Amino acid sequence: MSARTLLDKLWDGHEILRRDDGASLLWVDRHLVHEGSHHAFAKIGERGLPVAQPELTFAVADHYAPTRDRDHLEGDIARMIRTLEDNAARHGLRLFGLRDPRQGIVHVLGPEQGLTLPGLLVNCGDSHTSTHGALGALAFGIGATEVAHVLATQTIWQRRPKRMRLTVTGTLGEGVSAKDVALNWIAKLGADGARGHAIEYAGPVVRGLSMEGRMTLCNLSIEGGARLGLVAPDEVTFEYVKGRPFAPEGAALERAMEDWAALVSDADATFDREEVIDGDEIAPTVTWGTSPEEALPIGASVPDPANLPEGRAARAREALDYMGLTPGRTLEGTPVDQVFIGSCTNGRIEDLRLAAAVLKGRKARVPGLVSPGSALVKKQAEAEGLDRIFTEAGLDWVEAGCSMCVGMNGDLVAPGKRCASSTNRNFKGRQGRGARTHLMSPAMVAAAAVTGALSDVRPLLKGRV
Amino acid sequence: MAGWTQHEGRALALPMESIDTDQLIPARFMSVPRRDGYGPYLLHDMRFDEDGQARPDMPLNRHPEANILIARRNFGSGSSREAAVYALVDYGIRAVIAPSFGDIFAANAVNNGLLPARVPADVVEEMIEALGGETADARVDLEAGTVSVGGSAAAFELDPVWRMKLINGWDDIDMTAQHAKEITAFRDARRAAHPWAWPRG
Ligand code: SF4
Repeated sequence: MSARTLLDKLWDGHEILRRDDGASLLWVDRHLVHEGSHHAFAKIGERGLPVAQPELTFAVADHYAPTRDRDHLEGDIARMIRTLEDNAARHGLRLFGLRDPRQGIVHVLGPEQGLTLPGLLVNCGDSHTSTHGALGALAFGIGATEVAHVLATQTIWQRRPKRMRLTVTGTLGEGVSAKDVALNWIAKLGADGARGHAIEYAGPVVRGLSMEGRMTLCNLSIEGGARLGLVAPDEVTFEYVKGRPFAPEGAALERAMEDWAALVSDADATFDREEVIDGDEIAPTVTWGTSPEEALPIGASVPDPANLPEGRAARAREALDYMGLTPGRTLEGTPVDQVFIGSCTNGRIEDLRLAAAVLKGRKARVPGLVSPGSALVKKQAEAEGLDRIFTEAGLDWVEAGCSMCVGMNGDLVAPGKRCASSTNRNFKGRQGRGARTHLMSPAMVAAAAVTGALSDVRPLLKGRV
Repeated sequence: MAGWTQHEGRALALPMESIDTDQLIPARFMSVPRRDGYGPYLLHDMRFDEDGQARPDMPLNRHPEANILIARRNFGSGSSREAAVYALVDYGIRAVIAPSFGDIFAANAVNNGLLPARVPADVVEEMIEALGGETADARVDLEAGTVSVGGSAAAFELDPVWRMKLINGWDDIDMTAQHAKEITAFRDARRAAHPWAWPRG
């Protein structure tokens, strides 16, 4: 057989059939649903269809999950969470509901529970399903019509994306994380730069990342327009997976390990596209505009539309106007009104540890929210005393959920307020109508909290990590 | 869903890049059941100010009759929320012309009979300029793969699978049902060869 990339191996392993027009019918190993999947349940309900494989479908309350006072649910939030519970009960799906000690954001919970494994195909009606590719799973987000299709058939029609390899060379400096790598390549290639492609992340920097870091990297694939992200599984992956509740053990694990060992791109496999970025060149990065591609190193200045070509200038003017920034001013020192640490991008234990390393023994100058990615992350953080570091700094330590990443649960940034955020989208209105979002790593958010302004975290980390 | 091959309507330019899914439909409207209709929420915060007043400078407020939209690159980037497509479709939009689309958005669009027509950026710029903020008669031909706006025609790119789907109004669930035997055989073979792929517990 000719040389194949990791994508090809995963794809071939799930292809039930391929039509003449090139569309593949793929088998879905894990289907994750959340409150937002209500449209899809309504669709199969209208047709009187059951869920084809309830034992492979898992329901998670996250998007609307309140982060405080869960005993008094009201209005839309109560209705959305109840609808999910009802649909899970009706179709016999395993539910990670609001009161479940394992509850959390679907992309944190899946890997954490061992539902996501190398070699599986994972679908979820959420674009950041790309996160799960960090384990070497073929994982991509789908819309409601497709969710209904997966519910009804446990399969999905897809055309194979093009293969792209993104190699990160060198080493990352202190205070530089997977988030900075991602914001850098997206700034370089554009928010649609990887459109139509599956990205395999490779190179020494990627190999050196923890599972958490790899998940952050794969999570943000979609913000650069890619269909999905992949990291070939290795010892780091296997160590992460072993012993998780839904992961195989004993003979099944041995069998799995044999299969997983083959999940690498063949040495002579060719990619449709190769991109290389130099890890040594990456500085802590923040976004200044309203698209993730509008990102710059913290030491840079806000772009001046006067120096940009027409077209780009109009877009920049509009973004700066929305963000309330002055062209040409340094990003560093821009005062922020509040901070947020959490989300499926940066709400894992390692993220909280890094933020806490900056905050320890310091006070936040602005208010802020820390929402762990799952109840288990929360528990772990509390066991390590991280919660006290956050609360002693003056930040609110709340329950797990999507929270201020999307504001569906009511955790919103007020109009015109500026938020340093560890999330993934700085779109207009994403964190609330008129909210001004600056994306950055959790350590950089912690630095913004301590100084009350966009700041370089590196001096604050000296001697701490 | 009904298929279609030709559409004649009025084209309007929204000359912006990256009109993302959070702008197409802000998250706070997404708990609404589909039968209630999503049209009123289309580009809500772009169309209406904080007091709910229509913004007079928003092109769609000046020309609510538009049913073909022209925009700059990266239209529909972001979330997988199909509600972004529902908002467009329920408002009456049949096609969006842009140099690039978010992948998930484009798939969602096709699943709801909305054409995401990919046209080179320079052609889009010409269209935007020719329209000059007004609407013009426009025609989309799925068979021919062309759009014409105000008399000048351009070819658009579209995955052939999607083209057939739009033309035939195919429903994937029905189509897949024809393959029930192959699916079951695949599942059983997978389970036998890779038992670990089924969740423990
Ligand atoms: S944390 Fe944000 S990006 Fe992640 S699933 Fe929730 S809403 Fe989506």
